[in-house]
Amino acid sequence: MSMPAIEIVGLTKDYTVGFWSKRVRRSLDNLTLAVEDGEIFGFLGPNGAGKTTTLKLLTGLIFPTSGTARVRGRSIDDISMHREIGYLPEQPYFYDYLTARELLDYYARFSTYSSQDRRERVSQLLERVGLASAADVQLRKYSKGMLQRAGIAQAILHEPQVVFLDEPMSGLDPVGRHEVRDIILELKKQGRTVFFSTHILSDAEMLCDRVAVLAAGKLQGVGAPGDIVSLEVHTMDILFELRPGQDLPPGIAHKITRIGARCHVEVPEHELYAVLDELRRSEARLLSVLPVRPTLEDYFLRLVGTEGAVSRGVEVTTT
Amino acid sequence: MSTAPLPVALNTFREAVRDRVLYNLVFFALLMMGAAILVGQISIGIDRLVIINLGLSAISLIGLVMAIFIGVGLVSKEIEKRTLYSLLARPIRRWEFLLGKYAGLVLTLVVNTAFMTIGLAAALFYVGRPLVPTDLLILVAVYFILLELALVTALALFFSCFSSPMLSTLFTVGIYITGCFAGDIRAFGELTRNPAMKILTRVISYLVPNFHNFNVIAFAAHGQRIPFSLVGHNTLYAVLYVALLLIAASAVFSTRNLK
Repeated sequence: MSMPAIEIVGLTKDYTVGFWSKRVRRSLDNLTLAVEDGEIFGFLGPNGAGKTTTLKLLTGLIFPTSGTARVRGRSIDDISMHREIGYLPEQPYFYDYLTARELLDYYARFSTYSSQDRRERVSQLLERVGLASAADVQLRKYSKGMLQRAGIAQAILHEPQVVFLDEPMSGLDPVGRHEVRDIILELKKQGRTVFFSTHILSDAEMLCDRVAVLAAGKLQGVGAPGDIVSLEVHTMDILFELRPGQDLPPGIAHKITRIGARCHVEVPEHELYAVLDELRRSEARLLSVLPVRPTLEDYFLRLVGTEGAVSRGVEVTTT
Repeated sequence: MSTAPLPVALNTFREAVRDRVLYNLVFFALLMMGAAILVGQISIGIDRLVIINLGLSAISLIGLVMAIFIGVGLVSKEIEKRTLYSLLARPIRRWEFLLGKYAGLVLTLVVNTAFMTIGLAAALFYVGRPLVPTDLLILVAVYFILLELALVTALALFFSCFSSPMLSTLFTVGIYITGCFAGDIRAFGELTRNPAMKILTRVISYLVPNFHNFNVIAFAAHGQRIPFSLVGHNTLYAVLYVALLLIAASAVFSTRNLK
């Protein structure tokens, strides 16, 4: 059996808060997780759920209170692990007196590239993330979206096997988001593992092989989006158009939402054919019939609850 | 030997240049020009003394302001702006990062001081005095100023690893001022009859860096010989103290959570 790309066992992080009366706040609680090589893994959760804490633990920016983690078999304490990873922090901020080309050149100096290879790799990446035309502009003049692109470029600069992206779509316009999605899929094609946190569930649903949901520092569930979100269909969505002067079909009139001539009705699956018969009788023009499948968002909201939309960790003890 | 500190050092230097830190040289040049013109008119035969005194004092003061105010932000600014995150995710150890930041600021100070020394030499040349062998003492005084700045930078960096820029400034300035009077504090301890005060003053005088020994501006201005042993002693003292401070800074920073 192949070694997981990321292996997390019982990872816990506590912070001490307060000045006079110190309290311990648990940001991450006993997280155990394995991410396979070559997977795109989505890490979902509301603000304050512990996503960024997990990424910071895995990249060595903070230290665990307990538990261990390994990336491609190397402990997160091991400096050689850092050769295997790339990291895009949340809302990245870079040295704003540098241009994007200088920034990437600077970071590339911590890799094993020769100066010629370094220049080529930097130019190639700037092209890839759509910053070639602004490559020699200082970062202080960049928009949020451009900074995000520069951040993605630095994360994959040294061709790491495992890429950690903290909210990679944040601040991007639809074109930018589409490009980032392409980059993530391209990384997967190259056999790399992508571990990204997001609260944009459609991105996770579209990209991820598997997702994990975190709330209040605790793992709530993990699996393929299709497994997490049941494929079982319980309701059908029907869209139809009334002819000029036509009344609503009497049998289902109370269920219909009408906008101008267009009508929309959601019915239980077992009533579908009866409703279609009614529409045929009333000679309405059928536009579409679609199964209503629960989305990851539905699952997510159900799991964390409306009150959990903003969770800030859990205070566990008072000292 | 890891080369990771080198790019960090060069980038720190580049940051200082782009943040127009070296613009202080314009102020220094104006000061030297003004002094050279005025001193020639108001002093009789002591123009050399005044120019050297003023020049070396300005070099020391400008260097100190840079070492303290840039030094206290070396680490805290990187944490506050989160520029450190994408750097420390790379194969660079935290002590290597600190060493690079330290070397970068020292490089900035060396370049700045070198230009100011050239300015001082130009001012001396302007007042029409031929160069004499005792002028080499100016270089010794400048070397001591650099040692002093290297030490102050290490102090500022050390505090920068665990406290805010404002507190770091207070601590560094406090220790610098105490260090300038280290000899006097020890002398006071020897005079007092209070045994607790005796011990306290002795501990303080040994603990804080003795900056008094680095000040040979008066010697250089008066052309008095500076013992060679002092050069060796000050060099060793500064190197050891800087090494201790950097080790302490690394120990603190290596366990710090970058929240």
